[in-house]
Amino acid sequence: MELKEIALNDVHEELGAKMVGFAGYNMPVRYSSDIEEHKVVRDNVGVFDVSHMGEFILKGPKALDLIQKICSNDASKLFVGKAQYSCFPNHEGGIVDDLLVYKLAEEEYLLVVNASNIQKDWEWIKQHNSENVEMIDVSDETSLFAVQGPNATKVLQKLTDEKLDEMGYYTFTKGKFATYDDIIISATGYTGAGGFELYVPNPVAKEIWNKIFEAGKEFDIKPIGLGARDTLRLEMGFCLYGNDITDTTSPLEAGLGWITKFTKNFINSENLQKQKEEGITRKLVGFKMVDKGIPRAHYPILNAEGEQIGEVTSGTMSPMLGIGIGMGYVQKDYSKNDTEILIGVRNRQLKAVVSKPPFIGK
Amino acid sequence: MNFPEELKYTKDHEWVKIDGDIATIGITEFAQGELGDIVYVDIPTEGEEVEAGEVFGSVEAVKTVSDLFMPITGEVIEINEALEGEPELVNSDPYEAGWMIKIKISDPSSISDLLSSEAYAELVG
Repeated sequence: MELKEIALNDVHEELGAKMVGFAGYNMPVRYSSDIEEHKVVRDNVGVFDVSHMGEFILKGPKALDLIQKICSNDASKLFVGKAQYSCFPNHEGGIVDDLLVYKLAEEEYLLVVNASNIQKDWEWIKQHNSENVEMIDVSDETSLFAVQGPNATKVLQKLTDEKLDEMGYYTFTKGKFATYDDIIISATGYTGAGGFELYVPNPVAKEIWNKIFEAGKEFDIKPIGLGARDTLRLEMGFCLYGNDITDTTSPLEAGLGWITKFTKNFINSENLQKQKEEGITRKLVGFKMVDKGIPRAHYPILNAEGEQIGEVTSGTMSPMLGIGIGMGYVQKDYSKNDTEILIGVRNRQLKAVVSKPPFIGK
Repeated sequence: MNFPEELKYTKDHEWVKIDGDIATIGITEFAQGELGDIVYVDIPTEGEEVEAGEVFGSVEAVKTVSDLFMPITGEVIEINEALEGEPELVNSDPYEAGWMIKIKISDPSSISDLLSSEAYAELVG
């Protein structure tokens, strides 16, 4: 399959990025080293081009009703300038995708979805759009830059008059940024390092990218690839769709009860409520390796007796801790913190311990 | 990219330096670049005879794990202990400080299956 190109494809190639196919897009996986890039974001400031993400606008008097029907979180709590994490439950107890919902204006919402699911999500929403809410797919016209790290605010503040340090987590503003109007500046991210995400129209994406790097020069700002994005999110225990949550994992099993609000009806809410009342039988947990070794997706998780009790969904070496960390589903009896488990790493069983994320900063 | 002429190569991206009946084995510059930061080199076969084409260990990068395949049948007589504390040597110096194992060759006939520097360079083109 021909890979799609993001607007700044040539910029990344000139920067010497290793480009790989990801979710159908040719994306920068690393510019120098995964570990170095990871630490730049934790300690300083880096910029990810995550323009492969999908963006849909839903608008009109019935937009909120549609969002309430398809999303697990309660979007009626949103105000203009507020975003929330949510998911689309399917009819079978699993998850179609996870997403962010932004309230742009009264009767206008932005939904930000995973690149791998753009087509699937669009069809899913369309299928449930019985009230003819206006739907606009702006994915191919929108670039998304995540400027993340403890120095992100200082860099970006040079380019806007919006008061960035006063913005709460999961709030956003649509304002002037680097001489361009109507840029969405969102206090969100997927790293746990703090910072902002900028939704930028493709025609000005390169200029804005360059201005961010000019402003960040005094901080030694660096471009960061998707490799470090994965290790950063994993250190925080953030779910990745396709790994930790899928069309067969329930949001309750995934620890996403906090975005599953039974204050309203939504697709499959009745069954999920029943699951909540009856209790789940398996649970997504974080774990740290005790023995030397690195967990990877699909490795078996075993109890002390060597019986399989679950499976790893994501794993890596934590660049900050220098040990293997991972997430996976286990039978509920084994989900308590500090439970000793074994990870089947090829022909060996390595010791690990259940540990509630985030893995760092405790 | 650098593929020293005095070494032999495999299509699995290992290099082999043959010195009498002893061979030193590591992974190529291309391989380390594809893997990214190497964080752990796991070789549980010290003292064992391993057939050509079989797995003698694995190399763990941040993002991925890759098996290490034996280029020539032989006994693993030494592993590079420096990699225990500094696995990143495989990235920074793949042909020298980042070597992985030394073997005693027990079946020299498989040497002829190895690739020259030129043939390997063409393979990874």
